[in-house]
Amino acid sequence: MENFASLLHGFGVALTTYHVALMMIGVLLGILVGVLPGLGAPNGVSLLLPLTFTMDPVAAIILLTSMYWGALFGGSTTSILFNIPGEPSSVATTFDGYPMARQGHATQALTLAFLSAGFGALVGVILITVLSTWVAKFALRFSSPEYFAVYFLAFASFIGLGAASSFKTIVSMGLGFAFAAVGMDTVSGGLRLTYGFNELLSGISFLIAVIGLFGIGELMLTMEEGLRFNGISARVKVSDVLKTIKTLPRYWVTLLRSSAIGCWMGITPGGPTAASFMSYGLAKRLSRRKDNFGLGEPEGVVAPETADHAAGSSAILPMLALGVPGSATAAVMMGGLMIWGLNPGPMLFIERPDFVWGLIASMYLGNIVAVLMVLATIPLFASILRIPFAIIGPVIVVVCFIGAYTVAGRPFDLWLALAFGVVGYLFKKLDYPIAPLVLAMVLGDKAEDAFRQSMIMSRGSLSIFWSNGLVTTLMIIGLVLALGPVLTTAFGRLIRPKASSAVA
Amino acid sequence: MLKKTSWLVATAVAISFGGIAQADWKPTKPVEFVVTSSPGGGTDNFARMVQSIIAKHKLMEQSVVVTNKGGGSGAEGFIYTKVAAGDSHKLTFGTNNAYLLPYVAKLAYKPDELTPVAAMALDEFLLWVKADAPYQDAKSYIEAVKAKPDTFKMGGSQSKDTDQTLTSLIQDATGAKFIYVPFQGGGAAGVQLAGGHIDSNTNNPNENAGQWKAGAIKPLCVFSPTRLQEGPKVTATMGWSDIPTCKEAGVPVDQFQMPRTVWLPGGVSPETVAFYADVLKKVSETPEWKEYIERTSQTNRFLAGEELKSFIASDDSKNRKVFEQEGWVVR
Repeated sequence: MENFASLLHGFGVALTTYHVALMMIGVLLGILVGVLPGLGAPNGVSLLLPLTFTMDPVAAIILLTSMYWGALFGGSTTSILFNIPGEPSSVATTFDGYPMARQGHATQALTLAFLSAGFGALVGVILITVLSTWVAKFALRFSSPEYFAVYFLAFASFIGLGAASSFKTIVSMGLGFAFAAVGMDTVSGGLRLTYGFNELLSGISFLIAVIGLFGIGELMLTMEEGLRFNGISARVKVSDVLKTIKTLPRYWVTLLRSSAIGCWMGITPGGPTAASFMSYGLAKRLSRRKDNFGLGEPEGVVAPETADHAAGSSAILPMLALGVPGSATAAVMMGGLMIWGLNPGPMLFIERPDFVWGLIASMYLGNIVAVLMVLATIPLFASILRIPFAIIGPVIVVVCFIGAYTVAGRPFDLWLALAFGVVGYLFKKLDYPIAPLVLAMVLGDKAEDAFRQSMIMSRGSLSIFWSNGLVTTLMIIGLVLALGPVLTTAFGRLIRPKASSAVA
Repeated sequence: MLKKTSWLVATAVAISFGGIAQADWKPTKPVEFVVTSSPGGGTDNFARMVQSIIAKHKLMEQSVVVTNKGGGSGAEGFIYTKVAAGDSHKLTFGTNNAYLLPYVAKLAYKPDELTPVAAMALDEFLLWVKADAPYQDAKSYIEAVKAKPDTFKMGGSQSKDTDQTLTSLIQDATGAKFIYVPFQGGGAAGVQLAGGHIDSNTNNPNENAGQWKAGAIKPLCVFSPTRLQEGPKVTATMGWSDIPTCKEAGVPVDQFQMPRTVWLPGGVSPETVAFYADVLKKVSETPEWKEYIERTSQTNRFLAGEELKSFIASDDSKNRKVFEQEGWVVR
């Protein structure tokens, strides 16, 4: 109950005209950087950081977090409209969001994405408000074996999802692991797979890969198919936004499940990317309309968006309470905290309650402001699809390459993006799934580090993954998810040897 | 008031130095600060602190742009600096990794291809254990480790980097044997200690201060020849200056510190080096800098010119000895 009193006090701090104006500016800037692939939230926040040096910490963090929310929303916009995820965590949104847009349902897809994202974020913030003390303690129980178990869980929930053959899935995942391994290795301190290229020292940026695989690869396909988007005929009506809002309660099961997954992954911290993939995977498995996933199923937009934002906002908690950033953007903000003279860590809640609760209150307000503002931009964004491809196509190419350059300001990345574009095109032509590659690339090196750290700790014994209740539970859930499809098929064959095809 | 006085002092220093550095080189376009860590890291905070002080006190006419090139433990930034030979508008921020990285990884730059400008602070290392661990001092902890070799876990940031070097020095000096577990950064190593997943770490004050204050962990000794600067109490009973030096505490590793360094590319004029050294000197005299040093419990020490060169030479040879002995040196 004490927390609620603090929160009310926080609202008092956050609810001034100045702060609300900052929120709106932040959200707008955020949408802008989010829409440009490659620029993204971490870059946007670090560009804005110097401006905040002279502001007071509360105003500064409100500006930066609002920008973060805006960027998250902007990232979903491009995922849906152009199949180019602005943020790693919005990759899963492309799976069904883009097909929806191609079928002329861009407005519905955007509205659902923004609303479910807002819902997820609010659940995340409520969790922070209610459970901050408990959550901070719980997060301390996680060490390398538990991290590995969480990543394993994310991979497991994604296994057996695609329509592609398992051989192709494994090839794609293997390539993802290889790309993730490039660069300096934390555990051995050595360089891997750099082949003497200085540009590869820092590894292959995930954003470059995504811009190429999705953005440029997709454009090549579109060109081949006749230089036009299928969404052109779509009419953009404001009333569609309202109609879609009414359908949202239909997805309450997905919303709640995805929020739970998101919060869990935000705190543990598997991060928003793992959360959105896992949530999408589970939604597909548990849905009655399984077969429609990947072809433009609204639930396939709701699930990853909710989890992504629930994880994004609950990940702020470990940052404040433990001083460990849950994402790249959080790391930049943490740097900001230090410069403003605050030390993130367990004592921040006690020493600077006005700051912490002002921030938490601004997360409520900032998200509401952001949802309202992005909803207002839907007609604008959706009508972009009505521009003839001959005009918008080249613009997207330019935006993709600008984005690829902004990631680190290196010309080398432009070639890399182009190479990934060709890979993306070939993958689609040969019917190889891209998603496993992306998942492996994002989580591969983290999972590897966690596994090797565990092995160092246990001196090579795998029993460390069964050494306590927490890690055992995680591993068992992971194994059940991984082997589930295989087992059901096997059982089905045992029971009804002749009618194996009937088994779902 | 305080600010105004120090500003006056800074101006006075500028005028008196002005005569010497009057060969007068000045940046003619925005200066790029190359940070050899990712955003949020210790080096990033260091560079952005300098940036904010320069902006606040208008110590340079040209503006400053910060770029993070932290790939390969910072090698990305140093290679970028090497390639920019002759460019007087790139200032690179790092630690002793500038001259130590090329020993442990095959990299496309040599330390002598960079021009040292200044070292602005020394970051300290301490030996930390969990608050409820049964060891009252460093000696009893080391004795416990010696009694059961290869069972105690020492966490640290990265591999073949400062934390592992220090761990190796402790092992040599005492005969204890740890299992070293490399994490992504000092922050993670701090949380792992607070959660009891490792037995100790050698984090910098800044990385563990929060957890210490919260009563989750405690420091046993500091690897510095003298005790840390007096300051406000961190816990109810202890402040930084109450922590014994490791030598006092019976762990014979007297000194292990990490300089925060600033570099220019090779082939720049001595006037350029003098200009930046002068600006950084002024930065180190502002109250904001003092506040940063105190908040992060580093040791304030400004080194430039010959002093800096001899410091680098001795730090380099000390570390190289460990690297050679551990077999980390490549080629």
